[in-house]
Amino acid sequence: MEIRENIFQALQALKAHKLRSFLTTLGIVIGVTTVITMLSLIQGMNRSVQGQIRSLGSNTFYIQKFPAIRMGRLGEKYRKRKDLTIEDAQAIARLCPAVKKASAYAQEFPVRAKYKGEKTPYISLIGGTPEFLELHQYSLERGRSLTPLDVQHRRAVVVLGADITEDLFPHLDPIGQQVLIKGHRFTVVGTLEPKGNFLGESMDDFVITPITTLMKFYGKRRRSVTIVVEPVSVEATQLAIDQATQVLRRRRGVPYDQPNDFEIMTLDMLMDVYKKLTGSVFGAMVGIAGISLLVGGIGIMNIMLVSVTERTREIGIRKAIGAKRSDILYQFLIEAVTLSGLGGILGIGLGVGIGELVGAISPLPATIPIWSIILGFTFSAAVGIFFGIYPASKAAKLNPIAALRYE
Amino acid sequence: MLIELKKVEKVYKVGAVEVPALRGIDLKIEANEYLAIMGPSGSGKSTLMNILGCLDTPTKGSYIFAGREVANLTDDELAQIRNRKIGFVFQTFNLLPRATALHNVELPLIYSGVPASERVRRAAEALESVGLGDRLNHRPNELSGGQRQRVALARALVNRPSIILADEPTGNLDSKTGAEIMELFKKLHQEGNTIVLVTHEEYIAQYSQRRLKLLDGRVQDDIHLEESR
Repeated sequence: MEIRENIFQALQALKAHKLRSFLTTLGIVIGVTTVITMLSLIQGMNRSVQGQIRSLGSNTFYIQKFPAIRMGRLGEKYRKRKDLTIEDAQAIARLCPAVKKASAYAQEFPVRAKYKGEKTPYISLIGGTPEFLELHQYSLERGRSLTPLDVQHRRAVVVLGADITEDLFPHLDPIGQQVLIKGHRFTVVGTLEPKGNFLGESMDDFVITPITTLMKFYGKRRRSVTIVVEPVSVEATQLAIDQATQVLRRRRGVPYDQPNDFEIMTLDMLMDVYKKLTGSVFGAMVGIAGISLLVGGIGIMNIMLVSVTERTREIGIRKAIGAKRSDILYQFLIEAVTLSGLGGILGIGLGVGIGELVGAISPLPATIPIWSIILGFTFSAAVGIFFGIYPASKAAKLNPIAALRYE
Repeated sequence: MLIELKKVEKVYKVGAVEVPALRGIDLKIEANEYLAIMGPSGSGKSTLMNILGCLDTPTKGSYIFAGREVANLTDDELAQIRNRKIGFVFQTFNLLPRATALHNVELPLIYSGVPASERVRRAAEALESVGLGDRLNHRPNELSGGQRQRVALARALVNRPSIILADEPTGNLDSKTGAEIMELFKKLHQEGNTIVLVTHEEYIAQYSQRRLKLLDGRVQDDIHLEESR
């Protein structure tokens, strides 16, 4: 019997019990919806993170005292580490031919900036160098950026992120005004263009002052800086990492047989960590979806068994007029697959819809990969085959005489 | 010789008890015969019908259908014979309730792999030949009992079988409609079809040429009449 005829008959049979068919397939719908929604959100987030990282210049790397992502408390070997200093950054810039720029920065967090009656929420005060803003692709809106002289003379000047300008100076030109941050007065010399949101986090809620000023006001002790390094070219990235490593090991007196006592992170590594993180979230969701598909599959098996019993007479008639076992087997198998496949299509539609909706009303972007749609459909069809085979073979094995006599 | 049964026995097992239904039947049926099988309930006529229709196989003995020993055939081979060589007509019509008349008649052709366009043409022809050319797209519940039985007849005929097996075909019909169906059988017989009819009604059996009376799983009487009514 042709497949088209089979599908036509399956749809007829499902149409006869619309509500029942819908309820049966709900488990599949929920499972597929979960997978598609999660996939589209995670994929969208990955895209956006990748875009952001690319905009940072994917070859810059960071040197820190501690790993950026760590689980639990830091061990002994980490706590004994020496702090990284501004001088380390300067040495890297001076001694490594493969390094174009090296810039140190530190952070004071949380702080609130005040101007007259106005107050910002908690923000971070970054102590940086003129290169910091360039390396992170911020552009100036008004006034001037930090200068080497600001750093050298430890001037109490700040450049405001766009959120801060908005909060403190909604109607006023901030240039030349004095803001109060954690007990010290700073003169505003410039403001930045807004950069927008990244994963729901504003990238404009900070102020930046020279790193030397930060250390003067808030202390140098127990403050390790982060060093941002930009290699001369993308190809020179590994070379720059090697040279910077050598310089730091020598300056910190690390014996040749000991591992590094600092951490180097490229953006690719960050990306990997990020992907691992979203990967495990996705894994958990797939687990939940798997259970949902399993339950859905059992539901399909159950309803197909009911259907086989209800239609015993029909099976008898079909066998009497010449249906082979395989004809009956395919008929019920295709009915089960049609049921689960329709559930899959419904789930794909819902998942895409929810993904788009979340993308529209929240900062999370959604991207629906085509392969996820194919995957969702294939999986739901496979569930239909797996859980449909038992009821179908039961139908195929019915004795025609007994089936014809069935009331 | 179309059909030849030699010492056919059929025993049903009900739990541990063996219930004999046929106790040695010898029977020959020629092409274009019109045979009525009669007997009280429990005489084995349904069992004989099932065996003749290849829905069941004998426990003992030999059944040769169109030169082939049926006892040795697989399930699929039996299904193929039912599909191509045998047309069934049942007392309760046994149509698929959700399918149209046309689709019901198409069904045997679907199972024998006839392409769709030819299928529709042949099914429509068969329905016309039983006088239902204007009811192709009606479902069984939109048809009268007589019309349903005509659809069943069209379905039995559509694959041009060697033999038509009818099990109490008028049992669920009033006598006037029943007579119309019997006229249809008579016409089919005159056109060269072989017909085997199971009935316990004398006046229905009178349409046939030959009457086979069963009692307790044995042939009690086998009467050949020269003329059918």
